[in-house]
Amino acid sequence: MADISANFLGIKSPNPFWLASAPPTDKKINVLRAFEAGWGGVVWKTLGSQVKNVSSRYSAVNYNNTRVMGLNNIELISDRPLEINLREIKECIKLFPDRAMIVSLMADNTREKWHELIAQVEDTGAHGLELNFGCPHGMTERGMGAVVGQDPEIARLVVEWVMEKATIPVITKLTPNVHSVVPTGRASVEAGSNALSLINTIQSVTGIDLDTFVPNPYVAGKSVFGGYCGPAVKPIALKMLATISQDPLTSKVPISGIGGVSTWKDAAEFMLLGATTVQVCTAVMKHGFRIVEDMCEGLNNWMDEKGFKTINDFIGKSVPHLTQWEELDINYHIVANIDQNKCIHCGLCYIACEDASHQSINLDYGKPYNTYTIKEDECVGCNLCKLICPVDNCITMVEHRKGPDYVNWKEYQERGLPLNDH
Amino acid sequence: MSIENNRLTAEQYQQNFSDIHPPFDNREAALVEANRCLFCYDAPCTKSCPTEINIPKFIKQITTDNVKGSAHTIFISNIMGAGCSRVCPVEKLCEGACVYNLLEEPPIPIARLQRYATEQAMEKKWKLFERKPSTGKKVAIVGAGPAGLSCAHVLSREGVDVTIYEKESKGGGLMTYGIAAYKVTPRFCEDEVSYITSIGGIEIKYNHELGKNISLADLQKSYDAVYLGFGVGLARQLDIPGEELPGVVDAISFIYDIRSKGYPQVPVGDRVAVIGMGMTAIDAATQAKRLGAKEVTLVYRRTQSEMPCTEAELDIAKLDGCRIIWLAAPQGIKGTDGKVTQLICRVMKLGEPDASGRCSPVETGETFTLDVDMIIKAAGQIPFEHLVSNSQLQNANGKITIAPNGATNIKGVFAGGDCVNGGKEVVDAVQAGKVGAAAIIDYLLK
Repeated sequence: MADISANFLGIKSPNPFWLASAPPTDKKINVLRAFEAGWGGVVWKTLGSQVKNVSSRYSAVNYNNTRVMGLNNIELISDRPLEINLREIKECIKLFPDRAMIVSLMADNTREKWHELIAQVEDTGAHGLELNFGCPHGMTERGMGAVVGQDPEIARLVVEWVMEKATIPVITKLTPNVHSVVPTGRASVEAGSNALSLINTIQSVTGIDLDTFVPNPYVAGKSVFGGYCGPAVKPIALKMLATISQDPLTSKVPISGIGGVSTWKDAAEFMLLGATTVQVCTAVMKHGFRIVEDMCEGLNNWMDEKGFKTINDFIGKSVPHLTQWEELDINYHIVANIDQNKCIHCGLCYIACEDASHQSINLDYGKPYNTYTIKEDECVGCNLCKLICPVDNCITMVEHRKGPDYVNWKEYQERGLPLNDH
Repeated sequence: MSIENNRLTAEQYQQNFSDIHPPFDNREAALVEANRCLFCYDAPCTKSCPTEINIPKFIKQITTDNVKGSAHTIFISNIMGAGCSRVCPVEKLCEGACVYNLLEEPPIPIARLQRYATEQAMEKKWKLFERKPSTGKKVAIVGAGPAGLSCAHVLSREGVDVTIYEKESKGGGLMTYGIAAYKVTPRFCEDEVSYITSIGGIEIKYNHELGKNISLADLQKSYDAVYLGFGVGLARQLDIPGEELPGVVDAISFIYDIRSKGYPQVPVGDRVAVIGMGMTAIDAATQAKRLGAKEVTLVYRRTQSEMPCTEAELDIAKLDGCRIIWLAAPQGIKGTDGKVTQLICRVMKLGEPDASGRCSPVETGETFTLDVDMIIKAAGQIPFEHLVSNSQLQNANGKITIAPNGATNIKGVFAGGDCVNGGKEVVDAVQAGKVGAAAIIDYLLK
């Protein structure tokens, strides 16, 4: 059995699975149930000045028959009184001392307000603070949330205020609603932030009701941009996480990865790109806390299979595999192969290649089943057919190198090697 | 033992003849299946449909909530798409070709999805087709069955005025009169005919029978072209002693009675033998059981490998409790006091394959006797040979001979469906109607 426990800046948790700052972590009753289910830690839903939420606050994107491929929310920070939150945080820490308790904060934008809030939260015995510089709606109009995270200099200033006061580790949560997360990440680390977490939600319009013409979620005939999350945002989150892991400065601090993590596989991917822990919300909002069981078991089994004793054995392992396009090997060439014994003759590879790629699949008419074969000389090895094929391992990509040597684009040009002639 | 009607309560009849393939309960249930469809290119299902409905397209349209478009996609290829979704032997057509079969997964329930779309179209009376401006041409069609209605609809769309002459008092042909009631109700068939003719330009003159109160020569005089789609109808005789005894009926008229008189009015025996193993034999056997017969035995002279019905149909009969005796050929029927009492059968064995590739049954010399009080003959139907010959139509044993486009030997007279092929599926007749209509348009307008 591998050891899946995490140590994040000295904050220990029995597993790397934390619940993100969100509705599942906004009160004692939820958090205790989460800990009972096995979650390694929570980031308590953002505390700040008193707010009031609207009623209708979520909307979703479904894909084919799958509900909530992406979830959108227009909820604000915790709308419960601060005193109650602080009392309940303290009680939860007492009942589950082995779990990580991070508290998300978004104070009004003055040094005093931040200092006051930090002092109150540290009194609870919380293990760490997460600065919410990412909320894309509602709070931004008040000069908070993403407004802070979108301007590296404002972020730097606020982190400096925080670091003047904080005695426990500080994680700065980054907004993805920027051209690049790196400038704010760097500014935060330079200002003393002990760690980073990302991503917060992505501004979105999930859809429009084609009868009322009002976008979702519907609030008395109106709507606003919301924050998008769930499996749909995972690839974007992974890319942003990778840029933080590649940067010489931001890669020096631990990272808590967020954005569509639903399974142990997702978690492993975030960790391979540099995350020490991951935070989960949408998957729990859809399925409840029970999903953590398989996350722990799956990660453990995978680590055993790979021979990883602790999570540190693989955190960041995939980062060096990301390079610049110019460094890629142009002599690496692959060609699709269709296993005729597995082919079910759906023709999806054919039409995709014919209409959208390189017309490299041959169709031999049959009734009712056509036979599809690859024109090996035409195939550029783009992977499209393999991606579309509904049968596992029916289409495989076979390596046919163009030459034995590694040749990147720069060298290719220098040597005057031939370009496409069609 | 006796033949009686009114054996069951109203509730029992209701239950026994309720829909055997119920529709989806709701949109979500349909979407689960519709979303499984892979949207194949040059799809095997479409290629296996005689009318070549663009199945991936209509299923995709269900998933996008474009049910109106979905119904149009179905009807443009098969105007009886609603009825076909209930009666087609899909396991040997579209669903049998579904690529999921090759993955050992259940195929997409194409028929049920087709019903989902077409049922809404009929219920909501969606007007999916508009007629082109009138061409001033008039066409007569004989027979308001699938071939005739299909032909009529295409012609009407193209601006031709159509008059259909139908010998029965309702349209739909064998769909209305010759199929088990648990597949399509008579009410549904009436609705389907109304929906098809709602495009306008199609008049159906009921109780007009070719050779009785109309003649082909008259139709040729009064119309620019004629389409013959009068089907088959005569039950093949067994030519064995005792066949004339009361209690021996043919399956066509037995099913006709069930569909036209109502269930309680149709008498059925305690112990019924059904001769044959085609779709009609199954429909007769299962419905005899569902009318209250205590024991129903299907008697077939070959084996399961040679039977004309599908496995799915055989399963219905088995689930209904029908007994099956393979390799048994009727030799004679005995009776006392003018009533059937026994069916005597020869025990057969399989011999050499015949011209069709099926093994011919050969006598073994042994016989056995079944105690029965009713015998239903379902040994096939034969064409209206006299009618065809008297009309000077070139034919093969009564089946009208046509060119690939549906043209007969008589100029301006076209034909299709069962009267040409001797009896195939509804969907084959619909396709024949389309082909004939295209040829008629060519003939009239070019």
